[in-house]
Amino acid sequence: MESIPLHNACDPAFARQVEQESGQSLAACYQCGNCTAGCPAGFVYDMQANQIIRGVQLGLKERVLSSQSLWYCLSCSTCSQRCPNNIAVAEVMESLRHMARREGHISAAPINAFWLSFLATVRRFGRSYELGVMALYKLRSGRLFGDLDIAYPALSRGKLGFLPHVVEGHGEVGRIFERYKARCDKEGVKP
Amino acid sequence: MNYAYYPGCSGLGSSEEYERSTRAVCDALGVTLAPVPDWSCCGSTPAHAVNTELSAALCARNLSIAGRMDCEGGLLTPCPSCLSNLKLATHRMEDAAFRQRVDELLDAPSGVFPRTRSVLQMLLEDFGMESIARRMNRPLLGVRLVPYYGCLMSRPAEVMQFGHPENPTAMETLLRACGTEDVADFPAKIECCGASHGIPSQRMTSRLSGGILSLAADYGADAIVVACPLCQMNLDLRQKQAARAVGLERRIPVLYVTQLMGLAFGLDMPRLGLEKLCVSARPLLDKMQKARAEAAQKTRETAGKAEVRP
Repeated sequence: MESIPLHNACDPAFARQVEQESGQSLAACYQCGNCTAGCPAGFVYDMQANQIIRGVQLGLKERVLSSQSLWYCLSCSTCSQRCPNNIAVAEVMESLRHMARREGHISAAPINAFWLSFLATVRRFGRSYELGVMALYKLRSGRLFGDLDIAYPALSRGKLGFLPHVVEGHGEVGRIFERYKARCDKEGVKP
Repeated sequence: MNYAYYPGCSGLGSSEEYERSTRAVCDALGVTLAPVPDWSCCGSTPAHAVNTELSAALCARNLSIAGRMDCEGGLLTPCPSCLSNLKLATHRMEDAAFRQRVDELLDAPSGVFPRTRSVLQMLLEDFGMESIARRMNRPLLGVRLVPYYGCLMSRPAEVMQFGHPENPTAMETLLRACGTEDVADFPAKIECCGASHGIPSQRMTSRLSGGILSLAADYGADAIVVACPLCQMNLDLRQKQAARAVGLERRIPVLYVTQLMGLAFGLDMPRLGLEKLCVSARPLLDKMQKARAEAAQKTRETAGKAEVRP
C-alpha cells in the first residue's frame, strides 16, 4: 500500500482555496462514500470522488490537481444530490478542474482537445459548428480515425451541417473570449 | 401566451428533428415561440468545464437579449444542456461580485434576465395533462414506452426546480395524456448516458449508454423516449457502439417526446422528422397502428352488439 508523508505533502492553504472557490464546506465530509457509490464515471477514475474530497481535506494539492478524474467527471451532479451533508461535490470537482487548468495540469489531453475545439468554433462563428468541432478535434488530438462508423449515418441523415451558422453578433461573442484570455494573462493563469 | 425561444446549436444540426417536432407540437397547441434575435451558443459543457465566468458571459449575452423581448411566458429552450447553463448563469449572477466579473467580459453590462424553463416544463405547467389529452386524437396504443431523462434536466435540484431530482415524471404525464397505457417505471431514467465524452472517450460513453439500452431492452421497450439532444445522440446515433459494448443485439428506437406527442396529435409526418432517426421507428409505428385498428374494431363490435340488443 502506498504511504503519503503528510508532514511535508500537506498544503492547508489549498483546502481553504478549494472551499472558497467551490463555496462548499469540506470539513463536513465524513467519508460515507455516497458520492462514489452513485458516480457513473467512477470506473474510469484514478481517484474516486470521496478520495478527491479526502485529498483536498489533507491538502494534497499536487496529487488532487493531477488526477484524471477531474477531466472524466460528467458533471451529472449525482454526487451532490446524494451527499448527506449537502456538499455539492460536483461543484468541488468543477472548481478543481478550473484550478488544474490554471496551473497547467492537463491530465486527459483528448477531453481538453475536444472542449477547446468546441469553444474555438463558438469563438469564430458565435455558435458551435459540429463538423468543424470534429475536424479540429481530430487535428488537435491526432485521433484521425475515431468515430468514422457514425460519420455515414450522421451525414446521410443531414445531422451534420456542412456549413457553420454564423451569428451576426459573432464579433461580440469573439470579444468575450478575447477579454477572457486577456484577463487570464493579467492574472498570470493559463486560459 | 408568448414565449421567447432559444433553440440551441444542436437544433440546427444533430437534433434537427427535436427542433422541428417541438415547433410542430407548440404550433398545434397555439403556442407562439419567438426566437431570441441573433442568439449565440450558451457554451455548453466545454465552457463551464473551462471557466464559470466565461460560461456565464456566453449565456448572459442571450439572457439579456431575451430579457428585452417582453414575452410574458419567459424564455424556453428544448435542450437540457442550454437550460442548465442559462439557469446556472442566472443563479450565479445573483452574486454581485460574480456579476461584475462577468459583465467585464461583455460589450455592455448584462440586463434583466427572464425566467428560463424547458419546453417540457412549459407543456406540463402551462398546459397540463387535461388540455394535452383534449388535443390528442390518435392514442399511442399497444407499445411499451421507456422514458429516459438523463442528468441535466433535474439536477442540481436547487437550480433546476423541476420535479423530483431523482425521479422526474414529466414525460410519463405527457405520454399518458397522449393515450399511452404502458409507460415503464424505468430505474435508470436519471443515469448519465456519457454526455459529451462520446467523442474523446467513446468507450466510457458506450458502456454507460449501453447499460441504459440493455436495461431498457430488459424492460421490454418498444421505444425509449428522451428530451435531450445529447442523450438521443448517444443512444441512437451511437447505438451500435453502445450495444456492442454490452453485447446487446436488439435495436431500440429512441424518440423525442415531442415526436410522440406529434404522432398522438395526428400531425403530418414530415413535421416530426422521424426519418432522421438512425434506428428506424417503423416497427413502433406499425405496432401502434395495429393496436389502434384492433381498438377501433372492438369499438365497432361493441357498438354493433349494442344495436342488435332489443
